[in-house]
Amino acid sequence: MIESILSVNNMVTAFKTSDGLLPAVRGASFSVKKGETLCIVGESGCGKSITALSIMGLLPSNGKVTEGSVMFENKDLLTLKKEDMRSLRGNEISMIFQEPMTALNPVFTVGYQIREPLMIHHRLSKREAHQKGIELLKRVGIPSPASRMNQYPHELSGGMRQRVMIAIALSCNPKLLVADEPTTALDVTIQAQIIDLLNDLKRDFEMSLIMITHDMGVVAEIADRVIVMYAGEIIENGTVSEIFNSPQHPYTRGLLSSVPNVDDPDFHLNPIAGSLPLLNEKISGCRFHPRCPHAMEKCKAVSPVTFEATPTHSARCWLMEDEEVRQHGGQRAGTL
Amino acid sequence: MSTETVTASMASTSRNKKREKNFVKTWKRLIKNKMAVVGLVIIALQLIMTVAAPLIADYDPSKQNLAMSELPPGTEGHWMGTDNYGRDIWSRLVYGARISLFVGLGAVSLGLIGGVVLGLLSGYYRRLDGIIMRFVDLLFAFPGILLAMLIIAILGTSLVNVVIAISIWSIPTCARIVRGSVLSVKKQEYILAMKSLGASDWRILFKHILPNCIAPIIVFATMRMATAILSTASLSFLGLGAQPPTPEWGAMIAAGQDFMWSSPHMIIIPGIAIMLVVFAFNVVGDALRDALDPGMNLDK
Repeated sequence: MIESILSVNNMVTAFKTSDGLLPAVRGASFSVKKGETLCIVGESGCGKSITALSIMGLLPSNGKVTEGSVMFENKDLLTLKKEDMRSLRGNEISMIFQEPMTALNPVFTVGYQIREPLMIHHRLSKREAHQKGIELLKRVGIPSPASRMNQYPHELSGGMRQRVMIAIALSCNPKLLVADEPTTALDVTIQAQIIDLLNDLKRDFEMSLIMITHDMGVVAEIADRVIVMYAGEIIENGTVSEIFNSPQHPYTRGLLSSVPNVDDPDFHLNPIAGSLPLLNEKISGCRFHPRCPHAMEKCKAVSPVTFEATPTHSARCWLMEDEEVRQHGGQRAGTL
Repeated sequence: MSTETVTASMASTSRNKKREKNFVKTWKRLIKNKMAVVGLVIIALQLIMTVAAPLIADYDPSKQNLAMSELPPGTEGHWMGTDNYGRDIWSRLVYGARISLFVGLGAVSLGLIGGVVLGLLSGYYRRLDGIIMRFVDLLFAFPGILLAMLIIAILGTSLVNVVIAISIWSIPTCARIVRGSVLSVKKQEYILAMKSLGASDWRILFKHILPNCIAPIIVFATMRMATAILSTASLSFLGLGAQPPTPEWGAMIAAGQDFMWSSPHMIIIPGIAIMLVVFAFNVVGDALRDALDPGMNLDK
């Protein structure tokens, strides 16, 4: 049994708004093992990014983790002192962002920005940091890294900038990398390159990866395990093959049938009806029931508990309570 | 190893070239503006007068010669004439340029230091924002010249106190401008990215946010030079700044007003000097705003 490097237990993140305290993440629990890639999927606004920012301790000032714990190597990140958390960030836990266009400071050279974490955390001299920076750029596949060090972000292409971001994030050999939709803003060929790069680097640096995405194609490429979020709740958690081959929750099935399949001429996109509820919307029972094609009376009244399909695969849906309905669900999933 | 050194040195020259290129680009945009060129020439003339005052001035600016008093411009030896004490107006003007530039620079830089720090803090820390901005509002509540007079009334009349008064008066405007820029810059993803790398708040504020706010600060500083010079002259005219026999332009006008019918050049010449310099800093500030506009900063 490989020990987990990060475990999030019943984390609730809420935002102070004029309507009062609104929970954006409602009791998330999951763990990431050493060397594992965990994908967090879900539609925009379901709390994926907020989960990541909560782990990093980088929530906007009106957001706060109100319950639960985030254990990273036996330290609770939520109770850590500000300075201790800062020395962890960029050093042991790093993050890369969605928009390579805006995630680099436009007034500094690439070299300056890649040297900075090395000089902050490892106290390298400028010259040493510069050398290390060149090596890092070379490692993330940037041609002629020495001259790139002196260029400004606007002189690089989007894919190149994302590589630079990755190089900066990896500069201090983090144990955990949180990637918030790192490929969303890139075009498809570059996406594939970046995913391959992340896979390679993960192996080389022996780090764990939390990847946030809404692209099921990316998930299939990179994930070991997948958690599916809906309206701030984790509704399904399983290995990548379990999620793709036998999705349990109707929402997960909906997500999978919303992915276009060009190989099958008879395939029709099957979007999930309706849209994500607002944060302040009060929904009794299961938060998905207004959009769920299988909603029962029970779903409207009582919030579902977590059921285990296999030891590694769990979902929060009343359908799983009834063995027969579960069988039916399994068959339907098989036809996808 | 040797190839690495070569690439490194090549890289450093290319970086220097790069910086030079950015500067040259802004400069080129600036001098495309004809008014800015006029302004720059005037500022350059004032600079020359400041640096070379003892060489250019023919007389000691405060040396009296009652036998030669109130000579009109064009007189031999005193091409701008003399004042009621027979002091050479050209010499006084040249030394006055020095004072006005120093007072302007001093007041603006002090005001910038205060304003930038307050603006950065209030833009970045929401908790401080309310307190600092209310303090700034308080300063705004006084008309500028009245605030300066109040400060001088407390500190006493002298040029140094004029500098302090004008710098305090510059703080609120500067703080608001910087706060505005900080508010927009701190929302950028690269600031979040810096936080995710474990940078401290001070590092983020001064190394990452401040350089991104520098364009409006430069424009503000240039425009403020004009205001500061004008205010110094006004305060000296009112007798609150430079004291006689200091050859301050505003004080020269004040001294000349009793003789404005018999020797109008005593007030017209320093008046024109003030007008030209204020005009120059204003147009250059205006042109800098256009040249530094990030919207126009794309490669053309």
